[in-house]
Amino acid sequence: MAPISSRRSGHSRRAQYSLFTGYALAALGALLGAFLLAASLLSPSAFSGLRMAASDAVAPAGTGAARTRAASGGILDGIAAYWRAGSQNAALRREVELARIRLGEAKALEQQNRELKALLDLGETGGQTVAVARLVGSSSTSGRRFAYLEAGARDGVAPGMPVRSAQGVIGRVLEVGSSSARVMLLSDSESVLPVKRAGDQLVAFAEGRGDGKLRIRLLNLGINPLKPGDLFVTSGAGGYFRPGIAAAILDEVTPDGGVARIVADPAAATAVLVEDIWIAEAVEALRSSPDKDFAPEDASE
Amino acid sequence: MTERLNPAARADKYGRRTNRTHSPVRAASVPYLSVMLASALPILVIAGSGPLIPPLGFLLLICWRIVSPGFFPPWAGALLGAFDDLFSGQPFGSAILLWSLAMLVFEFVEARFPWRGFWHDWLAAGLAATLYLVAALFLSGAAPGGHLILAIVPQILLTVLLYPLAVRLVAGLDLFRLARVKVID
Repeated sequence: MAPISSRRSGHSRRAQYSLFTGYALAALGALLGAFLLAASLLSPSAFSGLRMAASDAVAPAGTGAARTRAASGGILDGIAAYWRAGSQNAALRREVELARIRLGEAKALEQQNRELKALLDLGETGGQTVAVARLVGSSSTSGRRFAYLEAGARDGVAPGMPVRSAQGVIGRVLEVGSSSARVMLLSDSESVLPVKRAGDQLVAFAEGRGDGKLRIRLLNLGINPLKPGDLFVTSGAGGYFRPGIAAAILDEVTPDGGVARIVADPAAATAVLVEDIWIAEAVEALRSSPDKDFAPEDASE
Repeated sequence: MTERLNPAARADKYGRRTNRTHSPVRAASVPYLSVMLASALPILVIAGSGPLIPPLGFLLLICWRIVSPGFFPPWAGALLGAFDDLFSGQPFGSAILLWSLAMLVFEFVEARFPWRGFWHDWLAAGLAATLYLVAALFLSGAAPGGHLILAIVPQILLTVLLYPLAVRLVAGLDLFRLARVKVID
């Protein structure tokens, strides 16, 4: 391609000035960007109003896309099911029978659990479903893993609320607009979830790696007791999630824990549940730093 | 009676020449609207496991910069970047900074290497997209570990491979932008 002679300013003062002004404005824009970026990195909730207004605006388009996604997934699943109808039918019948038995057992345990909690007088207000909504989009170009929910402040959704699908944990609400909300997915590299191994009380942290896997970090160091295939459920520590929601399955064992894959795929979930924060007092207590009580400005109050 | 002229001489790829001119609204708005649409579009894809979709807004900005140099003023990067930041999931300001820098870098690179071909353009766009994605990862507010950098490799490859298609699209949009649709009386 030949050079564009019209963009050489030559001897014209006016052309020279306008070219220079363009560069100066672009440099100013870059500086402004750096300043805004520093501000939003220091306080991630800055500009959330702007962002959520934009996400409110595109959420209806996302709803349409989500509907198409669900419908096309259903067609593909339907075609696939025809191929293995007979064997699948028998296997499913066996599975349903087993599941019925397990459900009965779980009901008994739930009953026992309720009675024991009543004895202990444990006040847990949270855990109720606030909203059922579709995931309508995600930050698919960025290194961060956020999803957008088609329910917002209007539906009672508030920041911090846990989000789950029928399979397991999806993430936590980060910002709320009037009709949409931004969810930090479990796989985001800033997400940390307190978990325990299903079956025993082995506690760990599940940290997102940003590539769709979780790093399981054990709290007690020593001999690593993990095995591939171990299921991790939420432990309830931290106060956000109620205990017992499936989160991750261990894939490989590392010296200090392991690498796990996430149980609930946000792309496969047709609808997700937004639940109330499990123990709001615990979250409040964690949010206010313990050092705050000793800070001079608090002492003067 | 005069000899009939070749009908093709009265028209070019932008349409008929006689009594027609560009629509000024279309000529000025199509590049901005296309980049904004491309910025907002990837939000509709649900990517739970990692960055999956090429940064379409940035790719289209580069393509417009290459197809029709001089249309976007250097400061347009800040404007369009601010719009992209609302949707990309990056902290607000990251695209304002990086898109402005990209526009300035392209301006200076073009002054150095004025004669270019398709392969030069592809190389420039690929390098710009790679640097942009890596820089955006470091500015995303996430602690960039080895896994995170590995996770964006497929996205980088996809973006580089998408350039020829994107540049064809932009060339088509440029024809649409400058089509002579307005009738002069």
